[in-house]
Amino acid sequence: MEILLAIVIGLLYAAGVYLLLRRSIVKLILGIMFFSHATNLLIFVSGGLHKGQPQFANDGINAVSSNPTDPLPQALILTAIVIGFGITAFFLALMYRFYQVTGTEDLDDLKEGENK
Amino acid sequence: MTGILIYLIILLITALLSPILIRKGGKTAPWLLSMVSAAGFAYLLGFAGFISKGNALNYTIEWLPELYLNFSLYLDGLSLFFALLVTGMGSLVLVFSGNYMKPYPMKHRFFFLLLLFEFAMLGLILSGNLFTMFIFWELTSVSSFLLVGFNHEKPEARNAALQALLITVAGGLAMMAGFIMLGQMAGTLEINQLLQSGDIIRNHPHYLPALLLVLAGAFTKSAQFPFHFWLPGAMQAPSPVSAYLHSATMVKAGVYLLMRLSPVMGGTPEWKYILTITGAITMILGGYFAYSQTDFKKVLAYTTISALGTLVLMLGIGTDISIKAAIIFLLVHALYKGALFMIAGLIDKSVGSRDLRKIGGLSKVMPTASLAAIISLISMAGLPPMIGFIGKELIYEAKFALPDIGNLLLVAGVTTNVIMVAISLALIFNLFLGPLKYPGEKPKRPAFALRIGPALLAGISLIFGLFPARVADFLLSPAIKSIRPSIDSLKLSLWHGFNEVLLISFITVAAGVVLFLLYRKVNPLLTHFNTKVLTFRLADTFNNGLNMFLYLTKRKTSFIQSGYQRFYLMAIFIMTSVLAWYQLIYTWPEIENISFSKPGFFEMMILLLIVSSTLIAVLVRSRLAAILSLGAVGYGIGLLFIIYGAIDVAITLMLAETLVLVLFMVVIYHLPKFANFSSKASRLRDAAIALLVGGFMTGLVLKAGQLNLNPKISDFYVENAIPLAHGSNIVNVILVDFRALDTLGEITVLVIAAIGVVALLKLKTKKGSAT
Repeated sequence: MEILLAIVIGLLYAAGVYLLLRRSIVKLILGIMFFSHATNLLIFVSGGLHKGQPQFANDGINAVSSNPTDPLPQALILTAIVIGFGITAFFLALMYRFYQVTGTEDLDDLKEGENK
Repeated sequence: MTGILIYLIILLITALLSPILIRKGGKTAPWLLSMVSAAGFAYLLGFAGFISKGNALNYTIEWLPELYLNFSLYLDGLSLFFALLVTGMGSLVLVFSGNYMKPYPMKHRFFFLLLLFEFAMLGLILSGNLFTMFIFWELTSVSSFLLVGFNHEKPEARNAALQALLITVAGGLAMMAGFIMLGQMAGTLEINQLLQSGDIIRNHPHYLPALLLVLAGAFTKSAQFPFHFWLPGAMQAPSPVSAYLHSATMVKAGVYLLMRLSPVMGGTPEWKYILTITGAITMILGGYFAYSQTDFKKVLAYTTISALGTLVLMLGIGTDISIKAAIIFLLVHALYKGALFMIAGLIDKSVGSRDLRKIGGLSKVMPTASLAAIISLISMAGLPPMIGFIGKELIYEAKFALPDIGNLLLVAGVTTNVIMVAISLALIFNLFLGPLKYPGEKPKRPAFALRIGPALLAGISLIFGLFPARVADFLLSPAIKSIRPSIDSLKLSLWHGFNEVLLISFITVAAGVVLFLLYRKVNPLLTHFNTKVLTFRLADTFNNGLNMFLYLTKRKTSFIQSGYQRFYLMAIFIMTSVLAWYQLIYTWPEIENISFSKPGFFEMMILLLIVSSTLIAVLVRSRLAAILSLGAVGYGIGLLFIIYGAIDVAITLMLAETLVLVLFMVVIYHLPKFANFSSKASRLRDAAIALLVGGFMTGLVLKAGQLNLNPKISDFYVENAIPLAHGSNIVNVILVDFRALDTLGEITVLVIAAIGVVALLKLKTKKGSAT
């Protein structure tokens, strides 16, 4: 399973890179979203895969139960997801604005605009 | 010695205050500034008795002693000699500038720079640590740059200033490297200690590279061939600057360094040959070009180069007599050349031209200045009874005393001196005596402030020539002794008796007179020859090289800085993945022996969903389909989180994913369809890069599986969730309790993003106009 997941993560990154290298700004945003998905999975997998129950502390004395899922990567990913959402929302607004002001979605036009 | 430090500080403060003083003080201000400099001269002169007994003073403030880096001052015969030169010339030049610079609107800035230079130069001379010296050295280069480019509205002045700066600073950097090497060899950079460790340094295997580096600094500063060309260009500076920096003091800094280090590095065959050959070439070259110029200042510039060459040559020969000759000639040259440069400025000011073909017979309008000039020129020609004669005699004697290459050097020296005699005579008889000639209005008698400097210097030349013994005991002997302690006394007199040297002097003068008589005929020919035949100019070559460098840099920059963001990204991705792949392949065997869990049916299906959605999102032409597929990828990942027990993460992810989809739908309505911008080839290239990155990320995940993230952190949270945070959902407890501050930061980010979104969407703009 780890190998398969690793390949999927690699694929997600590859998709992200490919989209980031496009000239269209919409694809750029899609690429960034792929990146954040891939990174979340990366952190999750590096914490170790353990199927089953979520990690709950039972009564505080015997907390470390039979389920050894590591809670720390999960906490990190939670933060990452929320931040990623904020970035995506901002980027979408920025893209909307960009198109309104420049009338283009081609990132290469930014370079030409500079020389005008 | 603290007194000297205080004087240096006073000089700096004076420099900083001088603009105000010049603006408010009117006519008396330059005199006041000159008094400050003269006070330094008098104060330093007070040390002469003490120093001439063979004493030396040292003063050190420790800075970084581990790197031999200290602020040190050192006063011995040599530095005293130079310090007196700097302060003495400084006070005369300041008075001269007071009148000369009157019409310039930016004169307050000029005085600031001139005093700043004096501070830097005095600091350089008095430095007791090579790093201290280096700092002052660079400061003199910078102030020289600003002074040469003082008439900054003239492109030639800007160009000359830049050229002078680049050459001297490049040399300075090389010199610093040389200093560092010296420090490594001797374990110190304090001059008084270095003077003791000459044997260690001369026998060190790194002696030659260190020597070459230090010489690069000295030669660039002192305008030695092939770096000499910046000095004639620097004549773009106002005349007081030429008189002060580019004849009497700054260009002698290189010579000073050579004198300072000659007990440390001198005396080896390398030293001897490099110095004598460079010095001889510079000497003859300067002489030739001086003879063929028509601009008075250019003539002086080239004779200065020639004189600097002579000095380096003398130090290279390195016999007792040649060192004596060097010190005396240095004084001689500073006196006459400083006077002559001031007179050049004076002529320029009152006649409005420096062209030797257009002016003449000036003694009829400016008798005092002409007399001073004639006395100085006699000194330059090396004729009795001037001190120049003594200097020249000693130089001849020094060349005589050298066994192997002495004869060759003697010929070179005689040739140069013949030229000097001819130039001096030509200037005396054409420029000052003879019929009055001037291009514009009738020249006025120059002001007192302009005359006093040259007159004083010429007077000193004459007095030194008549009574050389006094000066020798008081000033010159201690300076010579600091270069070579074994020289016990210096006997100077005008009359040496009939000997070979006197004979050669006669021959020199006779040949010089002949060359002078030919001057009117030969000079135009040579000028013509220089402009038509000798088209190769080092200054131009330097400029071309500089332009070439700038062009290449520009090309390189426009290649690397393409301005297209995807090329920047591409560079980052390629570099990162190549490095990561290298590391991955290097450590590959560790991955092989890891046990992996078997995938179940659900997981397989979810992975299939993710993979197929990803491919669709990337490849599909429809925007809507791409966005929905991306959503599917997100939900798929959410499902994986559920399977592996990360409930909170899964919920958050799915909520966020839904919100993003909604937002996308809102925005996408206002955006155009996907345009296909790129060619097939570039898509293939991008796909290759993408796979390269994806591949190493896969490897990274596999390697990360082996890592045992520090379990103690997690264990702490698990054990203390209930006792400390009173919650059983550990992930939640971490976020809102243990790491609450992080979560606060996260919320802040969200708020900022939300404000940004609102601002971007609400702002009303007209289409096409930037907001």
